[in-house]
This record gives sequence, structure tokens and C-alpha cells, in this order.
Amino acid sequence: MLDSKVPEGPLSEKWTRHKFNVKLVNPANKRKYDVIVVGTGLAGASASATLAELGYNVKAFCFQDSPRRAHSIAAQGGINAAKNYQNDGDSIYRLFYDTIKGGDYRSREANVHRLAEVSVNIIDQCVAQGVPFAREYGGLLANRSFGGAQVSRTFYARGQTGQQLLLGAYSALSRQVANGKVQMFPRTEMLDLVTVNGEAKGIVTRNLVTGKIESHSAHAVVLATGGYGNVFFLSTNAMGSNVTAAWRAHKKGAFFANPSFTQIHPTCIPVSGDHQSKLTLMSESLRNDGRVWVPKAKDEKRKPEDIPEDERDYYLERKYPAFGNLVPRDVASRNAKYVCDEGRGVGATKLAVYLDFADAIRRDGRDTIEAKYGNLFDMYRQITGENPYETPMKIFPAVHYTMGGLWVDYNLQTTVPGLYATGESNFSDHGANRLGASALMQGLADGYFVLPYTIGDYLAGSSYEKISTDHEAFKEAENNAKAHLDRLLNINGTKTVDHYHRELGKIMWDYCGMSRTEEGLKKAKNMVKELRDEFWTNVKVIGTADELNLSLEKANRVSDFLELGELMIDDALMRNESCGGHFREEYQTPEGEALRDDENFAFVGAWEYQGPNNPEKLNKEELKFENVKLTQRSYK
Amino acid sequence: MKLKLKIWRQKNTQDKGNFKAYDVDDISPDMSFLEMIDVLNEQLETKGEEPVHFDHDCREGICGMCSMHINGRPHGPQQGVTTCQLHMRSFSDGDTITIEPWRAQGFPVLRDLMVDRSAFDRIIQAGGYVSVNTGGTPDANEIPIPKSIADEAFNAATCIGCGACVAACKNASASLFVSAKISQLALLPQGQVERKERAEKMIAQMDAEGFGACTNTGACSAECPKGISLSNIARMNREFLTAKASSDNA
Repeated sequence: MLDSKVPEGPLSEKWTRHKFNVKLVNPANKRKYDVIVVGTGLAGASASATLAELGYNVKAFCFQDSPRRAHSIAAQGGINAAKNYQNDGDSIYRLFYDTIKGGDYRSREANVHRLAEVSVNIIDQCVAQGVPFAREYGGLLANRSFGGAQVSRTFYARGQTGQQLLLGAYSALSRQVANGKVQMFPRTEMLDLVTVNGEAKGIVTRNLVTGKIESHSAHAVVLATGGYGNVFFLSTNAMGSNVTAAWRAHKKGAFFANPSFTQIHPTCIPVSGDHQSKLTLMSESLRNDGRVWVPKAKDEKRKPEDIPEDERDYYLERKYPAFGNLVPRDVASRNAKYVCDEGRGVGATKLAVYLDFADAIRRDGRDTIEAKYGNLFDMYRQITGENPYETPMKIFPAVHYTMGGLWVDYNLQTTVPGLYATGESNFSDHGANRLGASALMQGLADGYFVLPYTIGDYLAGSSYEKISTDHEAFKEAENNAKAHLDRLLNINGTKTVDHYHRELGKIMWDYCGMSRTEEGLKKAKNMVKELRDEFWTNVKVIGTADELNLSLEKANRVSDFLELGELMIDDALMRNESCGGHFREEYQTPEGEALRDDENFAFVGAWEYQGPNNPEKLNKEELKFENVKLTQRSYK
Repeated sequence: MKLKLKIWRQKNTQDKGNFKAYDVDDISPDMSFLEMIDVLNEQLETKGEEPVHFDHDCREGICGMCSMHINGRPHGPQQGVTTCQLHMRSFSDGDTITIEPWRAQGFPVLRDLMVDRSAFDRIIQAGGYVSVNTGGTPDANEIPIPKSIADEAFNAATCIGCGACVAACKNASASLFVSAKISQLALLPQGQVERKERAEKMIAQMDAEGFGACTNTGACSAECPKGISLSNIARMNREFLTAKASSDNA
């Protein structure tokens, strides 16, 4: 059993007590410690800035050309906080409760409560940085509601909340770069974690412009490297989003938790053809005003506007009258799949449902709808060539977020001492399903308000002395990284990297996507193995290792996805229950809802690497629920 | 669709570079412009040739990474979109399309269509922030901000830092980019304390990076994928003059 190191005491006092109990580093001594932060999205930029403000020396890394471009930038809808500005009954406890329930009781109570507690500080922090949140005419902050909640607690900046929050964190980071407290390494990718005597002491990176392999030594390493949704090839993630840093850390001893917990987002623009390179999300906030429906009849040929009301099936409102169109993401996605499986899908591929704003426009006027969602409507029109003010949008679920990630304890420390994981790259707060507007909250909570406290506890017990990058552990990691790249370059086969990535994605989507079966997963496991073998004998990677080489970058990332995919399948096979985003067809209620098995599966599955081609070892962290009663989730 | 492409190929910053011609077939009008380049690259890689290097990441118009000069215009023929949101339905069968990187002294070419925009980061580092540390901030609703002011600040804050403004400008001026950040923070109460210092420092850095001066042609705003208004430059100039009039650095 893994020790989560959750502090003693009543739930609402754990974090306060813990903050008092952790060791502190004297202000004058902080400058003697170096911390590496990999990734500059919300979690990484906020952590880098805050650690530097405290006095630590930070080295921050991102693969993009600027820290401002990390994929947090694309989050649209908003960020939750238990401010109760709307006087509608919100509280820290309610945000905690909604998040635990939304996660289908597979997250850790103490972490989630802490997240709800610090959520209020995040909003204060961002406003102080000059983040232009939406406001009411009286000048105070506006809120909207989001899936899985019956209160309005979501703060937003039109449909670009992630952008504005990231630019806030980026500005704080930039200020520390100017102060000389953060050394920034853009266009630099982490290739390996370096451990000495089992503790994280640095990383090996590749300069993506020159190809140079370099070592960086530090007293602690923080991964804020995002999720692994691109294992599916098509997802709403950015093209560069990858699992490499987390995976290589996994191979150096960090356990990987709940890898099969992936979130399929219900409102994305449907696939238009084989050329598709990525999927575009339409913010879930659209479900506040849009109504989801399909025709009652199969093979409906009429245009949506011509289908009369009584021949439409507003299936979410029908099945879930209490939450209606605002059911959590997994429920909304699965129901879209069901109606399409029934042959009632719409559009050319029949893999889409309508999201209709006609009623909202009649009720509130076009101007109001435009003010709320203008940029999303424009984006939809740009991509599809259709005007959503006049005809319903077509939407379909797509891979969006990964709840699984590196296992961390209450301090956000992985199983490798000195290695921390924050934001989407860890597994901790969202259980088996993440509620909308909670990813931004978690990324910033970890980076601004949690990690800066907990990392001090570790550093306070470390010596000031830094391991030299001439140490054999660094040399070995550098040589391994070089060998991996050379191996990729020397295969000189016949198929491109994208070919293998696309094939992998198809296997994962078909067998380890929205719904899974034992039979399908077993088949997929073999398929992934075969594909991986073929990749290593027949992939074609162009160019050399000592130049800017996009082909090599992709190949390196895909080589890790090909290993991760198998672990995801193992995890999905192991979990003989359905919960949140993990839906095993064998385990469902008579109404087709996810059927949990709390007696046998109320645990976090944390996988331990056992060397190449050996099955990974499952470790468990028992989930104790002392404050909420486990119930079958119901949104009816 | 069948298309002829003329693409700038340059091995690295030192290389002189030149145009190369390519043919692509079977292009669907529903493809994005970058997906069309993906098709070309898949062809090139299969033949063992070097793929065309270009910057791209989110492919949903917000990260600001994509940066192509298409038929003489940053981000191509459509107004208000980035290259990744440009779709092939904007072109016709048989078209010849010329694709170049951003051209500016402040943006050296790294390879093919990729440029180095780190100058923008250094400009933000010069003062594009409010100096608050984490924690100890007042309640978010303590300072009411009129909706009109918040909205105007937001409009300036939507800049994605892609550099199309610089690429569009005959002087390669970065004024629109710089003015957007100066405006956002000059409009909001949070930005008041450092208002003057910020304008001075950011503009000094912009000049130091080798960007040209603004001559008010408005090409930047016309080509900006986020429609950042030219009035931000007017505000920046006012901020600069006000700052200089009372500056210790005058």
C-alpha cells in the first residue's frame, strides 16, 4: 500500500495544520537551492514564478518557442472558485463535494478539499496580476455555471480564460526572468530524469534548435508537463503535447497512476476527413445555453431547422431532468455515443449531435449570446463553414484531458524523492472524471499555493551541495538519450512517424476510448505490441540529431506513446468496474450508467516500471472516504 | 484540389535560403492550411526528403505559434484568422501559393518557415507585468472595474504574440504587440503603480531589439488575427509621452 502522507485531523483543518508542520527554509538559505521546473503552462509558470519570488533559483524549460504558448493557453470556458459571489449557496465544502462526486469517488478527499480551499486565493491572485475577467455592469466579477454543478462559480474571460490566466502566470514568470531568479530555456525538451542514490538530482535535455544534449543539475525537479491525450493521435491537445518527460521519469522510478482515466469531452467539432490532424473543442460553457438533441427518427434527411419540435429528442433533458444539458462530461459524451450507435447521429459521418442555440437566441437576443460566446461561434464558423447563429452546431466527443498521471502524495511528490508532479501531469485531484473549469483551478492551485510550501519541506532536509553534471549518472543519462535518438535515426524504414502515431491512436480510440471491454482490451494490447515492434524496425526518420529536426522530435515522442498505450490498456483491464471516464461495458447499471465496485476498486492503481518488456507491477493506494458517503452518481 | 506551392527553404540561420516548388494533389477544401502542409511533408518524408519545417502547436488559433507569410500576407488571405484556422476552401483548384517565414530583423529565421521570436519575450520581461508576488493580494471584488474598461483591457489582452503585426509592417515595427500589453495594464487599476516605468522600459526594449518605428500605416491591425485595434498604439504613444514628461530617465 502506498502512503499518501495525508495529514491527520479534520478535513477542513488538514491543510492549515500541514502548512504549520512542514519544515521551512530560511529566506537567506533559499538562494542556496536550485529547482528545475519542466513545462510552463499554468502549473509550471505559476510554480516557477512563485518559487523564484520566494528566493529559490529556478531553471524553467518548455519545448515551445515561448513559455506563453503552453497548451493551457487553449482552455476556453473558465476556472472554478468557491467565492460564493453569486450568493447561490456555494461554499468550499460544496466545491469539494461536487469535485469528489464528479470524479466518481476515485480521488483523494484531502487533496480535493485543499484544492477547493485555495481556489478562492487563485482568483484574487489573478485579478491582482491584471487578468481581465468578465465583469458585471456594477464592476464586480461575473460568473457562469458549468457541468456537474448547480451553482454559478465559474470565473471566465470570454471564451479565452486559459489564455488570460496563462498570460498572467507568464507575466509573473517574465518578471522573475528579468530579476535573474528564473533562467528560461525555451525550445528545450526534457529527455531524461537523473537520479542519484534514488533521489531526483537533475534532467537531461535536448536543445531543439541545435540538437545539443545537455545536463542540468538541481536540488529538486518539478514536472508540469501536462497530459498524454495525444496517445490517441486525434485529441484536443496541442500537436506538441506529449508524455515523454513523465514517461522517462516513470522509467526512472516514478509510479504512474490510473493511466486509463482519460476524459472524452462532449462538445468538440466532429472529424471532417482522414486528413484531420487534431480536434477542436467548443467550450462546455456552451451547454449553459445550447440544447443538445438528435432527431427521433433514424436516417433523418431534413435540415435541422426543418425538423419540428415533437420529432426532436432532447435526450439529456429527457434522461436527466435535474441537470439536463449540464450533466458531467463523461455522461454527456457517452450519451452522444449511444444515440449515434442507434443510428440517430447527424451530419455527413453520422458521428455528431446537434447543439442548438435557437431557443437561447429567442430568449436573450442575439447580442447577449454573441457577448457570451462570440469567439466560439466565430471559431466554429471558421472551421466548418456553417453559421451557428442560424443553424445548430454539430458536436461530437473527443479526447480532451487525462485524469491519470504520475502518482503523487499529499505534498505532490512522486515516488522518487525530490521529484514533484503538478497540474495535469499528476493524477491527484480529479478521480475518474474531471469537472469543467477545474483543470485551470488545479494547475494554478498546485503552482501558486501548494508546491511552493511542500517543496520547502523536502529542500529543508537536503544539503546545499549540488551534484556536478560530470557525475556518472548524468553522463549515463546523456548517453542513453543520445542512443535512443540515434536508434530512431538509423532504422531508415519505409513508413512515417505520423503513420504509426495515427495507427496507435485508432487502436486506443476503438478499444480504450469511450467504452471498453475485456475482449477488446486484450486484442488491443497485442495490436499495440505489434505496432511498437513494427515501429522500431520500419519507421523512417529524416535528418540528423544535431540540427532542428521536427521529424526526430515526433519520433522520440511517439516512441513513448507506444509504450504508454500498453500500460493504459493494462490499467483498463485491471479495473473491473466502471467509474467516470472509465466505462467497461461489462459493468453498468440497468440504465446504462457506470457501475462502480467500491468494495474492490476504491483504490488508486499506481504502476511501477519493471524494465523493458516486463509487465509493470501494480501498487495500490487505498482511498478512504471519511467525509462523503459513496453513492451511485445520479444527475437525474 | 491540385496546388502548386512555392516554399522558402533555409537549412539554418546562416544558410542563404531559396524558394522551392512543390506540387500537391488531393487537397480537400475542408483541410486547414497546416494540414495541407502535413500532406506535403508526409509525401516528402516517404521519399526520404527533408520535410518543410514550420512552427505550429495548438491548431486552434490561440497559441500564436504558427507564422506563415502566405501570398504576401501574414496568416494568408483571410482577415482575423491564424494560419492554422485558414482552410483550403479559401483557395481554388490550380492556385500557386507562395509561403515564406516572417521577415524582420528582430525575427531571425531558424529553419524554413520557423523564426526566433524571443525578442517578444524580452519585451514582456522589460515590464509587461504587475509586480505582485503570490499571496497577500486583496479580495478580487475589492476593486470594482467598470465593465467598459474591463472589456477594453480584455480586447488588448487577447494578443497572441504571433508576430503578424511585425511581419505586415513595412518598417517591421512591433508597436501593435507592445501597445497591446501597455494598454491592457494602463487601463486597469492594477497597472497604475508601474504605469510610467512600464511604458518607458518596454518601448526601450522594443527599440533595442531592432524593430522599426511606427508610421501609422495600419497594416499591423489589418493583418492581426485577433483584431487588436490601432488605437492601442495611440494610447502607447500617449503613455510614453506622459511618462517621459515626468521621467527621471529623460
